[in-house]
Amino acid sequence: MSSEILWYANRATGAVCLVLFTVVVLLGIAVRLRTRLPGLPRFGTVNLHRTLSLSATAFLALHIAMAVIDGYVNITVVDAVVPFVSDYEPFWLGLGTVALDLMLAVLVTSLLRERIGHRTWRALHWLAYASWPVALIHGIGIGTDTGTDWMTWLTVSCVAAVVAAFGIHLAHSARESRRTPAALLRTAEGARS
Amino acid sequence: MDQKTPQKIDIDWTSCQGHGLCAELLPDHITLDEWGYPLVDGAPIPPRAIKRARRAASDCPVLALKLRARATP
Amino acid sequence: MTTTTFTDVYMSPRLLAPGGTAADLSTHELRYGPLSYGDPDGLLRTVAESGLTGRGGAAFPTYRKLVAVADASRRTGRAPVVVANGAEGEPASRKDKTLLRLSPHLVLDGLQLAARAVGAGEAHLAVEDGASYLESALAQRNDPLPVQVVRLPKRFLSGQASALAQYVSGNAPLPRHQHPPVRERGVRKAPTLIQNVETLAHLALVARYGADWFRTAGTPTQPGSTLCTLHVRGREVRVVEAPFGLPLNRLLPLRGTSAVLIGGYHGTWIPTAEAAQRTLDTTDLGAGVLAALPTDRCGVAETARVLRYLALQSAGQCGPCLNGLPRIASAFQTLATPGPQANTRQDVARWSGLVEGRGACHHPDGTIRLVRSALTTFAPELDAHARGLCTASDATPLLPIPNEAH
Repeated sequence: MSSEILWYANRATGAVCLVLFTVVVLLGIAVRLRTRLPGLPRFGTVNLHRTLSLSATAFLALHIAMAVIDGYVNITVVDAVVPFVSDYEPFWLGLGTVALDLMLAVLVTSLLRERIGHRTWRALHWLAYASWPVALIHGIGIGTDTGTDWMTWLTVSCVAAVVAAFGIHLAHSARESRRTPAALLRTAEGARS
Repeated sequence: MDQKTPQKIDIDWTSCQGHGLCAELLPDHITLDEWGYPLVDGAPIPPRAIKRARRAASDCPVLALKLRARATP
Repeated sequence: MTTTTFTDVYMSPRLLAPGGTAADLSTHELRYGPLSYGDPDGLLRTVAESGLTGRGGAAFPTYRKLVAVADASRRTGRAPVVVANGAEGEPASRKDKTLLRLSPHLVLDGLQLAARAVGAGEAHLAVEDGASYLESALAQRNDPLPVQVVRLPKRFLSGQASALAQYVSGNAPLPRHQHPPVRERGVRKAPTLIQNVETLAHLALVARYGADWFRTAGTPTQPGSTLCTLHVRGREVRVVEAPFGLPLNRLLPLRGTSAVLIGGYHGTWIPTAEAAQRTLDTTDLGAGVLAALPTDRCGVAETARVLRYLALQSAGQCGPCLNGLPRIASAFQTLATPGPQANTRQDVARWSGLVEGRGACHHPDGTIRLVRSALTTFAPELDAHARGLCTASDATPLLPIPNEAH
């Protein structure tokens, strides 16, 4: 495979990862909010979130593989898991590595969910909210498509979607924590008078 | 897990948030109350439903549902 | 608040020091004699023979609890933790506070004995009030196992076993799911024995005087004595010690009353006519509260006040309890107000069915017990209210509700 094709494929899989992981984050929030997706039963939302996260991971593996295989720039397997030590763009590439490490923690703990218990799992799952922006910044900083219309458009859409969904998540959590027995009693008594 | 011991559904009510997946996976054994929380009849799960019950336990987003030999201590 | 000892009315008092003054260590040893520990197995046998049951409300056989914790310790290889439960979150109950004030050393003896029986490595005494004089009482002693006094927040559920174990572990006092139970995994994941302070006081006497002595009071199936908190109109709240099997009408003047609340806020209302036939019985005595409702008071209104408190005291963790108790409490306000009732009674019945048994602890269950007994016992009042009348003429509250606001 020519280096140029590998390079394009790397950028393409990178863009696909951005889209897929964005959808995974949105679906994760949908699960948390107990949202029902049209046409799907409730367990459909959870299953879609999980299936898509595995697909996204597969594309990420491809994305990394191509970067490593490609001889045009020097990126080694080590650089894929140890951040900031690469020859090529150590900072921007390192961010990608950090994002990968965080995502692997999320993935592994999710596969071992029943073993580690819900509380531990949930604490680590929050790392997903760290992994996504780090991956995004990696893409913007290292991507040679940065500045092209379609990439900008794509990035802005994904950021807008995640920011909006995260905002809804926070608002929902705040509302939930306000649902105390005292608040519910006030509501019930108000409804009766 | 001993296959012969009858398995019952045990719900950790402090974790349950009323996602309702369990009721979808085991409609013959779990329904939802008017607030969205599972109503379980407490009877042992018959062998033909055990597989779906295990799935309900592993799919619960908050791991509130478990299969146990006895439901209460 | 006074304490009465009724030396010649019911039985010789066992637990509460005569004269109503607190017993210091020397008075305590003079009155009861010295404490000898003996061997743990011997003590367990004596406890089993005595038939002592828990005085915290559940009336669980003490011997079985001790053995269960000791077994859990052997299985897990972890030394147990013992907690003396003096929380007494029940607002209408004063017996534990009174016992700790008057006879702290009996409780502390019992705590050491229980710790010895299960092989505990750690002991705590949990209380809402009175920590300072308890620490003074501890300072007078030479206990084999040091005791930490734990100060609890004033909440109804402070004394709930798993919530208490959480608090002693340094977490928020919230009830936990009962798998595994506290006796297997409690304070900092060690097997934990949680025993009501009155139970420990009885244990201290059983260890000294034996099972046969313990059985000289009470009945063959319900041996021993118990502390009760009595609420009677016109008198101060009193704590008395009485044997099981004693007719209720010897404890409470029933003339001029329409109903009696037995147990506490998770207890049962029964009509006076029925109360006149009853005796002190562990099956429903609960926290030992006995309150006589005068005929000129409204039992529905009284229950509505208690239910509001119980709803506010929910830990708010479990969906059915969080959703059901406030709705039931509010519905009872409607039932307590003469006028159109619409579907309120059916709503209460439906929500009661949804709430019962669906929580991490028994707060919803106890609340529904109170609700159902009120609906039964006060059925005539409910019918009158539906017709726009109330038979009560006195709106003075009978039962104590902390921080009551409207």
